[in-house]
Amino acid sequence: MAEKLLMKGNEAIAEAALRAGLKGYFGYPITPQNEITAYMSARMPELERAFVQAESEVAAINMVYGAASTGERCMTTSSSPGIALMQEGISYMCGAEVPAVIVNITRGGPGLGNIGPSQCDYNQASRGGGNGDYDLIVYAPHTVQEAVDLTYRSFEISEKYRNPVMILGDGALGQMAETVILPDFKEKEKSDEGWELTGAKGRSPRSVKSLRLAEGTLLEHNLHLEEKFKLISRNEIEYSYEEGAYDVLVVAFGTAARVAKTSLKNLKEQGHNVGLFRPVTVHPFPYGELKKAASKSKKILVVEMNRGQMLFDVRLSVQNDEKIDFTGKPGGETFSPEEIENKILSSLK
Amino acid sequence: MKKVNINADKCKGCGLCIDVCPKNILQFSNRFNESGYNYVECIDDESCIVCKSCAIVCPDLVFTLNKPAKQGAGNG
Amino acid sequence: MTVAFKKPESLLDAKTIYCPGCGHGVIHRLVGETLDELDLREKTIGVAPVGCAVLLYDYFNTDIVEAPHGRAPALATGIKRVRNDLNVFSYQGDGDLASIGMGEIMHAAGRGENITIIFVNNANYGMTGGQMAPTTLPDQVTTTTPRGRKTATDGFPFKMAELIANLDAPAFSARVKITDPKNINKAKKTIKYAFNLQKENKGFAFVEILSACPTNWGKTPSEAVKWVGDAMESYYPLGVFKDIGGEE
Repeated sequence: MAEKLLMKGNEAIAEAALRAGLKGYFGYPITPQNEITAYMSARMPELERAFVQAESEVAAINMVYGAASTGERCMTTSSSPGIALMQEGISYMCGAEVPAVIVNITRGGPGLGNIGPSQCDYNQASRGGGNGDYDLIVYAPHTVQEAVDLTYRSFEISEKYRNPVMILGDGALGQMAETVILPDFKEKEKSDEGWELTGAKGRSPRSVKSLRLAEGTLLEHNLHLEEKFKLISRNEIEYSYEEGAYDVLVVAFGTAARVAKTSLKNLKEQGHNVGLFRPVTVHPFPYGELKKAASKSKKILVVEMNRGQMLFDVRLSVQNDEKIDFTGKPGGETFSPEEIENKILSSLK
Repeated sequence: MKKVNINADKCKGCGLCIDVCPKNILQFSNRFNESGYNYVECIDDESCIVCKSCAIVCPDLVFTLNKPAKQGAGNG
Repeated sequence: MTVAFKKPESLLDAKTIYCPGCGHGVIHRLVGETLDELDLREKTIGVAPVGCAVLLYDYFNTDIVEAPHGRAPALATGIKRVRNDLNVFSYQGDGDLASIGMGEIMHAAGRGENITIIFVNNANYGMTGGQMAPTTLPDQVTTTTPRGRKTATDGFPFKMAELIANLDAPAFSARVKITDPKNINKAKKTIKYAFNLQKENKGFAFVEILSACPTNWGKTPSEAVKWVGDAMESYYPLGVFKDIGGEE
């Protein structure tokens, strides 16, 4: 029987991961996601699973990399400056095709920034902050329930493609408390996909690595990763959109979309013809789906808590800059519904 | 069957085995393997006392050593 | 005839990329023999460094994961925490362990992870062509200390075995050299002791091995091996600096 509880976003994400069969959590304290690390430090040993408060985010991502190379379900969580430190590890894991889940409870930047909610790591998540050509699968939940559902599913997605998955949240989502229905406990099925490091008993030894020095082998591997991402793009794109020919179509993700929903509700009550296109996977980005949606609407308004990052993907989709308006809120602050309403009203003119 | 078996292909001609052989039966062969190294050779297998010093200092697993069966035990 | 010496099962039959006279080959063999003798090969996961031994997976007949530079102790921690039934070791050089990886090794040691660390100290950065390492000796010439290491601006070398020994958590910390058969055999015993501690769940074991780097020291293999005993050992004393079992 699925339980319904009032939970803080950070703790709900943690519990969802536990219920998905998380075997190893390795993290480092950083605001505004400290509740996750604390929650895990209590719950993981209770369930006789591994918890380590690592000495740094660099160490944390590498503990995940090592542990996950054995095939076990592993996760780390952090916030923007800590995720910046994890970029090396993420690149290695993508190159070595090691599945795991990384959660970013984004805060204001650049640098130390502040501890307020932000969406300023969209580029880092979707364009890749580490070295090389690689792709994370990036989900952007906008409610605590969605964060629970996506986190719960993320491990299997990660394993299906042998590709790390990122849950791109923000400080507001992490700190807010909402009622959630928690999923049932499950465990990863015992399996041998042929790559996991489990000790070379009765088989040839295996290696998990990203180094490919022999001539042509790195090219081959990169092309394989490219094909893999094409497959992921075909299968895993998710978005939320109600079909319509709108005067203004707001495009937003995460908490910005959450606030925009209130603005749109208010404006609809006043008789305005407005809608929302909300990418759930920001990478792979729903280019084709947004292009189709945008073609039916008069104006596009991109709303993000940054200086304009998803904006570039929207421009790439829509291919018509004149049609696109933008309102950004960088610096670790959320919009108020009124602010977005006013911007939509401007676009309607 | 020889006591001292040298995998010439793996030898890098470092000479550390020559330094430690108490019987002085190892020397550079002045022949070169595929990798371009002047590999080592054993010039007197009979005199080898199988102290294993060569194999112990060798970084490249060049040596496989065999010990004769004890006297009177027949051919091992 | 009986076989008196052959390649251990735990090593693959490979031609290594190490230079003539490099200590890595000997250390690989000592670890390989240890894994054979303690019957650990089939449950071992090794963590490879960035350095000359980056291709460890081409030489060891065990599962291997390649770590980013310096991070091996963190990977080893992760592996051991989710699979404490496996035998986990890291194999690292000077830069990997004592420079970029200083944080990771100190904290893995500080937590007392039940893993084994093989630390190859050859007083320079081998793979990248002979730069100063944290273990480079005072006045030693390297490509980044062309006038010799000046302690005033370049600091003093780190004595890792002693540093690790001074932490509360580790079970074992020792330093050996591999210059001659007698010392190589002693090094083997020390390495085997360290792996056996993990097998018996006795905690973190650290073995530092003074090793020759002929190419970057600009010496012949024989001269390089001699330098380990003369110059290196005078700065880095051999011995067991911590042993909770008290047997070594």
